[in-house]
Amino acid sequence: MSVIEARGLRKAFGTTVAVDGIDLRVDEGHILGLIGPNGAGKTTALNAILGLTPYQGELKVLGRAPWQEREQLMRDVCFIADVAVLPRWMRVSQGLEYMVGVHPRFDRGKAEGFLAKTSIAHYSKVRELSKGMVVQLHLALVMAIDAKLLVLDEPTLGLDILFRKQFYDSLLNDYFDGSRTIIVTTHQVEEVQHVLTDLMFINHGRIVLKCSMEEFEARYAEVMVKPEQLAAARALKPIYERQVFGRSILLFDQVDRQNLSALGEVRTPGIADLFVAVMSNHAGSAQGAAR
Amino acid sequence: MNTESNVLRESALDSDRVAAAIAVQTHPFYWSVRRELWENRWIYVGQLAVAGVFLVGFLFNMTRWLDKLRSLSATDPARYWDTASLPYNIGAGALMATLILMSIFYCSDALYGERRDRSILFWKSLPVSDTTTVLAKASVPLVILPLLTFAVTVATHLIMLLVSSIVLPASGVSLASWWKELAIFPMWGMLLYHILLAHVLWPFPVYCWLILVSGWARRAPLLWAALPVVVIGGLERLILGTAHFAAMVGTRLVGGNAPTDITTGEMFPTGPMTHLTPLRYLGSPSLWIGFVVAAVFFVLAVRMRRYRDPV
Repeated sequence: MSVIEARGLRKAFGTTVAVDGIDLRVDEGHILGLIGPNGAGKTTALNAILGLTPYQGELKVLGRAPWQEREQLMRDVCFIADVAVLPRWMRVSQGLEYMVGVHPRFDRGKAEGFLAKTSIAHYSKVRELSKGMVVQLHLALVMAIDAKLLVLDEPTLGLDILFRKQFYDSLLNDYFDGSRTIIVTTHQVEEVQHVLTDLMFINHGRIVLKCSMEEFEARYAEVMVKPEQLAAARALKPIYERQVFGRSILLFDQVDRQNLSALGEVRTPGIADLFVAVMSNHAGSAQGAAR
Repeated sequence: MNTESNVLRESALDSDRVAAAIAVQTHPFYWSVRRELWENRWIYVGQLAVAGVFLVGFLFNMTRWLDKLRSLSATDPARYWDTASLPYNIGAGALMATLILMSIFYCSDALYGERRDRSILFWKSLPVSDTTTVLAKASVPLVILPLLTFAVTVATHLIMLLVSSIVLPASGVSLASWWKELAIFPMWGMLLYHILLAHVLWPFPVYCWLILVSGWARRAPLLWAALPVVVIGGLERLILGTAHFAAMVGTRLVGGNAPTDITTGEMFPTGPMTHLTPLRYLGSPSLWIGFVVAAVFFVLAVRMRRYRDPV
């Protein structure tokens, strides 16, 4: 079952095109990482999906048109848009009461369970909590909602590495159950690599690359090439080449690993390395782009 | 195939259950109003503070009031009510002035505050419609604040009554005739009538205008809201030499020309000689024009809530 279906999704602010005709299908049970440079159109695309902004083109989320049916959609969709959007005057206990009062799928017991693992007190106001605790609180509120789609837009921005690790761990262990769908955008790409099932690069409002993590691992290979093999390796048309400690690391797309292993040590690249490769190629030509 | 249809049936059951749960459990409007009360604690703290300051003033001016009352009861019984009720009416007046100021400040921040602190992104992540939210916000100047003002006024009056009934007999003023002349229960009735008709329904288009601008402005919503009044008023002054528009907005705001009653020979619209005119009020075209204008501003405010991004 598809959770999100977009055809020709487009959004312009005046003359600036933020999202330029995206075709997209996200199925149930996937964790999609949406990766792109600043101003690539990630947040705008997510805002359209969440019914926060009008758009052109066709878009269905859980079978609903988000802009027309935000209220109904939010029974099955939840999101953390940006860090620190919880109202600063709110007490933790008020947040829990309010959620019980307005959300039919909110489980207070679950939220209390998540909060019990933190040092957040019920009578605290949001303004008294540290940045990390506010994110923990927001995550506890959101994970206690039995939603079909969870959207996280830079949920860990500005948090230290311990909180970030904890965040993704609890997301995977306590929330994701295979029937839910999660979309996450982040600049800390390496930290989500093991979390994702699907990957999407977006730049200038267009999808530059979309693949599952299995495809990613099968398709891309990185080789630290021995100096004497460099010419032979370059003949295999790497999509990107970089230097580390005087050694050349070449990134290949759809080249047989058997052939590569003769050139040096072969491994699966990091998402960040592929991102850099795809973005720098994309700047010049459309090489490396895939649908 | 079989499992798929099972899944389908299950999800249909699931959504039925959710639909039932929605009908039974959630009350978005009620909780949206609760949220406003949590967020804007200053509205009752402010009312109580004004009442407290007034009560202190009342105690300090007690002897002067008693002297006046003593001399009046013998010489000028016709003016007796004015003097007997003066502190009560001044207290009610102070709280009504607070009500107007609070409504203005509340409305001009209503849709602006949540955009300024970006918490609108949290509120919009929940299944509460923009209409419900704006309705909950409009109900603060329409229902919550006036009832609160009335309750605080009655509580203040009760404390004053208690003090008066101890002090009056001790200073030689007849408690019975004072109580009879004061007629506190009809006074409260007329006070509630006056608050709701002159200070809530009458200025309601102004409050809706403020809510609308608070949903639109990127900064200083109160100044933006005042701008058209200043511009239109200024143009009218320049071209026609009159000041009807500014006067209309001003009197709307303070309830000045609301045709709620006819007072004869009294300072306050809560006296025994006040003749209430609810039918004249309800039959007044400007009341209904005001409602239409308020409705238009309200609908536009809902649209603003839907379209505008955080600032």
